[in-house]
This record gives sequence, structure tokens and C-alpha cells, in this order.
Amino acid sequence: MHEFSIAVSMVDIALEYAAKSNAEIVNEIELEIGELSGVVMDAMTMAMSAATKGTLLENARVKIVEVPGKARCRACGHTFRIRNIFDPCPQCGGFNPEIISGKELRVKSLNIE
Amino acid sequence: MCGTCGCGQPDQPVLILKPGEEEHMHNYFHSHTHHHGDEAHTHSHSHSYVHAHHTDDKAHVHDHEHQHDASDHEHQHMHGHVHEGEGMEMHEHHHAHEHQHGRQVMVEEDALHENNLLAERNRGFFEAKKLLALNLVSSPGSGKTSLLEKTIIALKEKVNIYVIEGDQQTMNDAGRIDQAGAPVVQINTGNGCHLDAAMINKALKRLDISDDGILMIENVGNLVCPSLFDLGEALRVVIISVTEGDDKPLKYPTMFETSHICVINKTDLLPYVDFDVEKTREYALRVNPELKFFEVSVKSGEGMEDWFNFLLTEWKKA
Repeated sequence: MHEFSIAVSMVDIALEYAAKSNAEIVNEIELEIGELSGVVMDAMTMAMSAATKGTLLENARVKIVEVPGKARCRACGHTFRIRNIFDPCPQCGGFNPEIISGKELRVKSLNIE
Repeated sequence: MCGTCGCGQPDQPVLILKPGEEEHMHNYFHSHTHHHGDEAHTHSHSHSYVHAHHTDDKAHVHDHEHQHDASDHEHQHMHGHVHEGEGMEMHEHHHAHEHQHGRQVMVEEDALHENNLLAERNRGFFEAKKLLALNLVSSPGSGKTSLLEKTIIALKEKVNIYVIEGDQQTMNDAGRIDQAGAPVVQINTGNGCHLDAAMINKALKRLDISDDGILMIENVGNLVCPSLFDLGEALRVVIISVTEGDDKPLKYPTMFETSHICVINKTDLLPYVDFDVEKTREYALRVNPELKFFEVSVKSGEGMEDWFNFLLTEWKKA
């Protein structure tokens, strides 16, 4: 359940920005989670609801944007959609992808009042 | 965090102890309830995920329904969004939000940012001290502590070895390392499932490290969570034993992807188990083509000489 420590870091980041912007209410927190980031989406949703408890974010809607995996093959240069880090390159069959996106664990934005 | 209900426990600190300090452990068991003021508080969530994948692109439908009831407060959210995209494009979002008021603040900050900054500080400390730092990760029971004991006994005359032990509870491993003859600090993470850079930073202050040596960090036995947390190590070493499944690298790819070295332990048991070493190597190389392997039996000593020589070579480079 490393999702919980990640959720706690995300809540800390959000609270810092909310305070900087003099927020009284946080309506929504938007997260970007890559599909290759190593966190489980369901666990992340649960962890966020636990981590926001008792904070300004308690009633904020948690919006999770799942970022699809994208890779470039180091052998042939082909760029392709990758769902698992052990997927072969569809063009040359090689197992040496450079991950371009899909590793995100990011607080994207807040909607505040 | 609490393993029972999933909530955080700021009242249970991470403990950092040296052998012989166990008597200072106290206040370990706890109970807690959720009350905010005098208001009883319930949350109910329901989720449904529908993922339909057409050919190589994707259509994601996430439906969330959240219901929060508090004594003075009742509201309900419902939203659905549909992701459709071509090939590798980012999803397009169709959102129906009737009540989007307020202002938008862009944050764009990585959740692991703080950890990664601290990890870099640790890394700088190791470099300045000419310390070779290794982060040992594995499932529980693969033989991390035994590998450490044998390594300390074999190399302690040639190089200073320091150890940071991570476990949820007990001083048992620190006791074993102490017996083997290396300075050690134990981190008890409580219910935490991994070590992070901040814990290492604190533990380092309790180890009187002189210049030039090897620091072995034994992570909490877990093949999932420690993979995301950089501690500042030069090398990450994943240990797998032949009593585990040979498809571990595919089941836990992130750990093998982020490691530099893979030690396959308990090779003395190979005649009695179905473990296929070649298959494991092949799977692991799919996930990480740069991975370097050692096949050892900590028990019989087979293959250990290569491991020791490797450590000494890397240490001289540090």
C-alpha cells in the first residue's frame, strides 16, 4: 500500500498550493497517474479518501486522469503504445523500450474558492 | 498507515534504533476511532470501472459515485467521463460538470518530488564520503539478511561495511548484523511497507560513518512498494530465491526494471524445485535489458566469490 504514502504527498502538495492561493474551499483535486507508474488506481482512490480526511481537501472531488503508456524502442526507434513495461516493440520485437509517458504521479491542478 | 482501516497514523512514529536500544520502545499499540469534533462521519464510495480496449487504442469509461454524509452536511457527486483516443494520443475528456465554479490553480507537481530531492541529498553525502550505497530489495524470506551476514563476515577485514535494516517491527535483523560485526541501525517502519529517503537521512545521522566503505540498506521485504522510492543508492539489488516462482520478474516488473543487479539465491535447492533459472533471466531481461545477474547459494557458498569481487570492484570505483 505505497499508494497511501503517495496520496499523503499529493495531499501535502495540494494543501501547500491551496494555502498559497488563500483557498477557503477546495472543490476538486486533479491527479495525473500514469498506467506504468506502479500504483493501483482503485487503491489510489481509496488512499486519497483516507489521506484527505480532516484536511481542507476532505470534501474535494478527486479526479484521476490516467495517462497512457508510450514508449520508444531503443533498437529500431519505433514509437508505440505500451501497456506493460515488458511489452515487446510491435515493429522489431525487441525488449528495450524507453518510456516516454505513463510514469506520472502528479498533482495537476486544484479548483478552489 | 493502519492495516485495518487504511487511515493514517501520525501518532505512530517510525523508530530508528541501534542494537541494545529495544528497551526504549514503547507506546507501540494503539487504537483510534474517527470522530471529527462530535460529529459522526461516514463515507460511502462506489466505483465501477469499465475498460474496453478496441484494437490498439482504448476507450476508458470511469464512473465514480461518491456519497459523503456528515451530520451538518450532505452532498452527492456523480460524474462519468469517457476517454477515447487514437493510438497514443492522450485521452479526450468529455465531462459533464454542472457545478464547476471556483478558480483553477495549476500545480503540476510530482508526488515523489520531495522524496527524490532528499534521495539526491543522500546521494551527495555518499559520494562525498566515498561510500558505495546499495539498496537491497526482495520478497520476505529470499535471504537478504543471510546474504548480508555472509558478506560482512567475508569482507569486513578489507572494507568498512555499514548496514541500515528496514523492517516493520523487531530488532531481530539488526541483532544478526551486529553479531556478524558491522555497525547497524534498525528502522522500524511500524505499518509502513517501504523505506523512503527521509528515513535513510535520519538513520545516517545515527551511524558514525567514516570515509570510504560500503553501506548496505536492507529494505522492507516487499516486491512492490520499495520500487518507487529512491533512497540515494548507487545500486539497487533485487534478490530472488529459487523457492519462488520463476515468473516473478513479469509479476513484479517495476522492481526488476528499477534494479541494477539481480541475485538469484538458494541455488543449492535447484534440484528439488521447478525453478528455471534461464526463464527467470529471460523474463527479467525483457523488463530490464541492463540487469546483471549473480547466482548464489548463501548457504553453501557457491557463487559468493563472484558477488564479493563485484562488491569490491564497485567499492573501489565509488
